[in-house]
Amino acid sequence: MSQIETFYEVMRRQGITRRSFLKYCSLTAAALGLGPTFAPKIANAMETKPRTPVLWLHGLECTCCSESFIRSAHPLVKDVVLSMISLDYDDTLMAAAGHQAEQSLEDTMKKYKGEYILAVEGNPPLNEDGMFCIVGGKPFLDQLKHAAKDAKAIIAWGSCASWGCVQAARPNPTQAVPIHKVITDKPIIKVPGCPPIAEVMTGVITYMLTFGCIPELDRQGRPKMFYSQRIHDKCYRRPHFDAGQFVEHWDDEGARKGYCLYKVGCKGPTTYNACSTVRWNEGTSFPIQAGHGCIGCSEEGFWDKGSFYDRLSNIQQFGIEQNADQIGMAVAGGVGAAIAGHAAVSAIKRAQHKGEQES
Amino acid sequence: MTTAVNKQQTATADSQATRDAGLIKRRQTAVYVYEAPLRLWHWVTVFSVLTLCVTGYLIGSPLPTLPGEASDNYLMGYIRFAHFAAGYLLAVAFIGRIYWALVGNSHARELFLVPLHRVQWWREAWHEVRWYLFLEKTPKKYIGHNPLGQCAMFFMFVLGNLFMIFTGFALYGEGLGQDSWADQLFGWLIPLLGQSQGVHSWHHLGMWYLIIFVMIHVYVAVREDIMSRQSLISTMIGGWRMFKDDRPD
Ligand code: HEM
Ligand code: HEM
Ligand code: SF4
Ligand code: SF4
Repeated sequence: MSQIETFYEVMRRQGITRRSFLKYCSLTAAALGLGPTFAPKIANAMETKPRTPVLWLHGLECTCCSESFIRSAHPLVKDVVLSMISLDYDDTLMAAAGHQAEQSLEDTMKKYKGEYILAVEGNPPLNEDGMFCIVGGKPFLDQLKHAAKDAKAIIAWGSCASWGCVQAARPNPTQAVPIHKVITDKPIIKVPGCPPIAEVMTGVITYMLTFGCIPELDRQGRPKMFYSQRIHDKCYRRPHFDAGQFVEHWDDEGARKGYCLYKVGCKGPTTYNACSTVRWNEGTSFPIQAGHGCIGCSEEGFWDKGSFYDRLSNIQQFGIEQNADQIGMAVAGGVGAAIAGHAAVSAIKRAQHKGEQES
Repeated sequence: MTTAVNKQQTATADSQATRDAGLIKRRQTAVYVYEAPLRLWHWVTVFSVLTLCVTGYLIGSPLPTLPGEASDNYLMGYIRFAHFAAGYLLAVAFIGRIYWALVGNSHARELFLVPLHRVQWWREAWHEVRWYLFLEKTPKKYIGHNPLGQCAMFFMFVLGNLFMIFTGFALYGEGLGQDSWADQLFGWLIPLLGQSQGVHSWHHLGMWYLIIFVMIHVYVAVREDIMSRQSLISTMIGGWRMFKDDRPD
């Protein structure tokens, strides 16, 4: 393994100064929520450890994850991580193309067997033997399984790889499935979102590159450092929620005053993501700050839960799409009517039989 | 037990009541059925379920917006607090009720053990269905619950209540935070029911399930109190089951 360069060597070769390198280390420590004492540790790890290669595959997807990733707030993070990744394989970003690109995938897999991280953007469709997504002349499904075989760990980028997202939404004609349905023997780190936040993506990957292990995951396989809380838990409009001050219509006084968007269907209370803390586009804003409710893009099956403007899911089984309240009220109404009818008949019967029974 | 009353079991009612009944020549008999802890549990549960339904509905569909600064109001906060406090009360009381099923009298176990394997029970259930369909002139007497009542209490109340407690605390764990006790005990339900939003929808649907139980339950309690051959509402208050006639079951 000694012939493999360290991160530091790669960075220096890319023309990054030592000063910038140290700055990168302390920024990374901060982004990961680690104390400043961790900066030297990160620096040390990067100087001594051979760098971990990353292979980045693209299945059925829209490339929004890549688009988000290259917009990471700190250019250094982006440049460093990106340049390191493009050394290996990312068919969208790398210089090589065609057979040359496929060859470099094979080379990296062979050279770093059991050492590389596999990052997957998008997901494999299973229908028609995977023919709905072809990469390099073969079904993506095959490429995914092939590349996963010798990977150390796997990152599922975005809601597509994590949950299925739009291509897996009902009726899912291509039978697209999240990657954990086809890769069952490797640790998978889910980084959901449509797309995930850039800083979350670089944070996760930097953590794995520096510490050589996967971050702590929650029950559903998401890194706890970014997905342990709901949008609602850290939303700056939360005081209006607790006070009972809501936007009732999009054009009302409450909307102008920045009240809570709960009643217009904000999914913040049921969505685990870092938007309300990290925000988007270099921390500029996030949907709720712009006046629109969260649509729950990082949650499983968010396309199939009904309108973006209703909090409760539609329940499709009832034919016409309805939510829990509509169904409950209809049934309760029916039961109430039945009770009233039954009570009326009971009263009549009782009046009729009164004489007989008392005697 | 749900079997119809065995006359030997019934104690003779106090003769005062018999004399007061005066004109009607009817001897009432009484049995002590529901012990104090069970009765207390019933009414605590009534209180908490009603509170939970009202506050839960208001969590799902909040009241109109309040004027003024956010710092001057805390309406949703109070409603949610009332919901969680009543939720705790419901859950703790239910644990107490399970304990009472173990140490209380045999009627304390009826709620949890529906004797679906007994032919006699099915026969009585059928009789009860016919009674509600006005096909049977006289109902049977029961010391404990009648078979239909027992069914509703188990399948609608016990299962519904457990479902609400489990999903409720799973949601509560989301607020307490990851690795909180509620998350560790009940958090596994969230991926099981899809995701957080799914748990909300199911919890909401569960409310309507319980509301339907309560509607039927209260109607039947009042109706049976008037039309059946035994007391009901006063039994859940004082514990004694009074029988209105001496005829055999
Ligand atoms: C939220 C509302 C209520 C709930 C959840 C509820 C639940 C229950 C349950 C679970 C039992 C079975 C007790 C046991 O076997 O341990 C029961 C019995 C009973 N409840 Fe309720 N109850 C409610 C409201 C009421 C109300 C308002 C009344 C009065 C009108 C009432 C009258 C009775 C009576 C009379 C019994 C005994 C039935 C019998 O002897 O067979 N309940 N209730
Ligand atoms: C009879 C039992 C109960 C009923 C009828 C009930 C009803 C409801 C309803 C209708 C909602 C609104 C759901 C939505 O639209 O999102 C809700 C939310 C909730 N309930 Fe319950 N609930 C019950 C028991 C419990 C229990 C035992 C707990 C545990 C502490 C609990 C905790 C919660 C929590 C944490 C929420 C979410 C609050 C929020 O989103 O701000 N519930 N409940
Ligand atoms: S706007 Fe959405 S996330 Fe923010 S407090 Fe309201 S419901 Fe919660
Ligand atoms: S606020 Fe909600 S919908 Fe918007 S990006 Fe964040 S998680 Fe996705």
